[in-house]
Amino acid sequence: MPYAPRGVGHLRGEEPFPVAARAALANTQLRRNLGKATTTIRAKRAAVVAELPDWEELRAAGQAIKQQTLAHLDSYLEQLENRVTAHGGTVHWARDANEANRIVTGLVRGTGAAEVVKVKSMVTDEIGLNEALAAAGITAHETDLAELIVQLGRDRPSHILVPAIHRNRAEIREIFLREMPGVDPGLTDTPAALTEAARLYLRRRFLSARVGISGANFAIAETGTLCVVESEGNGRMCLTLPDTLITVMGIEKVIPSWRDLEVFLQLLPRSSTGERMNPYTSMWTGVTPGDGPQRFHLVLLDNGRTAALADPAGRAALHCIRCSACLNVCPVYERTGGHAYGSVYPGPIGAVLSPQLTGVEDNASLPYASSLCGACYDVCPVRIDIPSILVHLRARHVEEAARARRVPSAEAVAMAAASWVMASPARYAAAQRGASVGGLLSRRGKIRRLPPPLSAWTAARDAPAPPARTFRQWWRLEHGDPDDRE
Amino acid sequence: MRIALFVTCLADSLFPQVGQATVRLLERLGHEVTFPQAQTCCGQMHTNTGYLREALPLVRRYVEVFEDCEIVVVPSGSCTGSVRHQHAMVARRFGHEALARRAEEIAARTYELSELLVDVLGAEDVGAYYPHRVTYHPTCHSLRLLRVGDRPLRLLRRVAGIDLVELPDAEVCCGFGGTFAVKNAPVSTAMLADKMRSVLATGAEVCTAGDSSCLMHIGGGLSRLNAGTATVHLAEILASTQDSH
Repeated sequence: MPYAPRGVGHLRGEEPFPVAARAALANTQLRRNLGKATTTIRAKRAAVVAELPDWEELRAAGQAIKQQTLAHLDSYLEQLENRVTAHGGTVHWARDANEANRIVTGLVRGTGAAEVVKVKSMVTDEIGLNEALAAAGITAHETDLAELIVQLGRDRPSHILVPAIHRNRAEIREIFLREMPGVDPGLTDTPAALTEAARLYLRRRFLSARVGISGANFAIAETGTLCVVESEGNGRMCLTLPDTLITVMGIEKVIPSWRDLEVFLQLLPRSSTGERMNPYTSMWTGVTPGDGPQRFHLVLLDNGRTAALADPAGRAALHCIRCSACLNVCPVYERTGGHAYGSVYPGPIGAVLSPQLTGVEDNASLPYASSLCGACYDVCPVRIDIPSILVHLRARHVEEAARARRVPSAEAVAMAAASWVMASPARYAAAQRGASVGGLLSRRGKIRRLPPPLSAWTAARDAPAPPARTFRQWWRLEHGDPDDRE
Repeated sequence: MRIALFVTCLADSLFPQVGQATVRLLERLGHEVTFPQAQTCCGQMHTNTGYLREALPLVRRYVEVFEDCEIVVVPSGSCTGSVRHQHAMVARRFGHEALARRAEEIAARTYELSELLVDVLGAEDVGAYYPHRVTYHPTCHSLRLLRVGDRPLRLLRRVAGIDLVELPDAEVCCGFGGTFAVKNAPVSTAMLADKMRSVLATGAEVCTAGDSSCLMHIGGGLSRLNAGTATVHLAEILASTQDSH
């Protein structure tokens, strides 16, 4: 199965995670903004989740629906295509980012429009649609407030739900003053003033746009209905005002029936914004004559999803409904922010999704960007066991790297040696005795400097010196010679 | 009860006092402790770093060494977690279904120390005495893989003389994460810095937990800073008595 192609879109970083993380850790503004924002949203989520006595049952239902969908994805997608077409829409199938960009660019060109308005969408970031449109001379206007901040700041989103989480209001004011045409030069950094400036700027775009582009949170196979949930109402403007609407969605977003939406519309807002219900839920089925867009195109995107689906131990990552609860509880994400992950999908879910879309070797550092603390699994509204998938992808990386190299890596050699030693109690005890020379490195039971790669440990932490006697040596002294198991 | 001790490779090699305390504590409670000497390591480091093929012989070893034991105690949440949640998976990955089943059987009789004390032995007051100001860090794998909940705190609250203080943001990972601490050392130490801040804010003399690995991490940081707070395994506190002071 083909992976998402290189050279297009935003699924691969320029640097491995540990290198990118180092720069992020040194950004004090980022650390403070992220700490504050994630702490607040964690508390809000916990409060609204605690209100529901059936939260665990809802999670299990969400998981079951997604499993059922993925097990029969082909037939649900064909059903969706059939229903959308029957209601006057046009369905396009895109194998990858390049195909999707080509389809969307062609559709916009066909309308003669030189500008489009966009609803906040992860998938169009994933495929690099804005860049593709720009290359064709088409200007894409992001209309989600945070996406607008990111776009005007010539920046990248750093959070699935809160793309400008790394910016504070003083920085936003500076970006608006610098980049927003016609902005009031006396703009202050109060939230109301910033929002009003964005409102005035965006309103002109909404009223003149002839083409709107969106992603989708859900697509219902039985009816052909698309669904977008949002907070600002700017998405609703894009979905209803232009004459042409183009929706790009990953093939895993389909759900079988209307009834299923009831589950996800409870899980999603509580997990993402910590709200009981999101302010705007827009749903449309094909084209309604005389009301809203009169031309509707649905682009179904693969871009590595079928490859992810082919891996039984990893495919649950496709259950993700992009709530970002896992980002907000992740102690790694909280300290590095999203850019360090290099992909539009950051945090724990990004660490399991991006490598599966691109092939593990193109994002080999991401499965290791976790302490496996498990906080992500606990909050996931569709019960994705992210820690287990991380371990599985680490194993895939080790296997693929071993196949690709003629000489094993130093780490692989060390791991094989440790396994060989530990597989035998005699060798193990001998190694313990050997390690006791490590005591020579120590002062008062502490080692302050170890050779590489363990120098990464002693850079910031003391290491314990091997004791005079291991436990098993003590046991033999106390209890006599080995029991009959040896 | 006859209880087999899986001491873990880390405690065996670097923190023998944790194994000794576990033996002392269980013997004081009237149980017989055995130490099958063919034991080595649960293979968690291999598994969690992606070296599942290298973990396989260690899974087999654990199964062979312990499968005749009635009950196994482990003074570590994460090693217990590996036995319970990873051993069968590792075996199945290489098509060893029979080994996976045996691994599941012994995993069901393998208990982390606080689980054994509270759930199996029904002991919350273990007769310990520890006149120090102590804060408890719930390690991620005991908390989220094993769901030990407040069992360690219930045990600690019954320790005579103890001044137990609550750790702020207790459930946040300390940043250890096995090879994560080396592969992503800067992020790991950023997490450690926040954990140390929480520990030091309590004014505790001692930070305790059920995992020597996390304590090695937190303790290594505190020691480097000469912060004046030590790390002590839960087993050592529960094994302390008037006599040992």
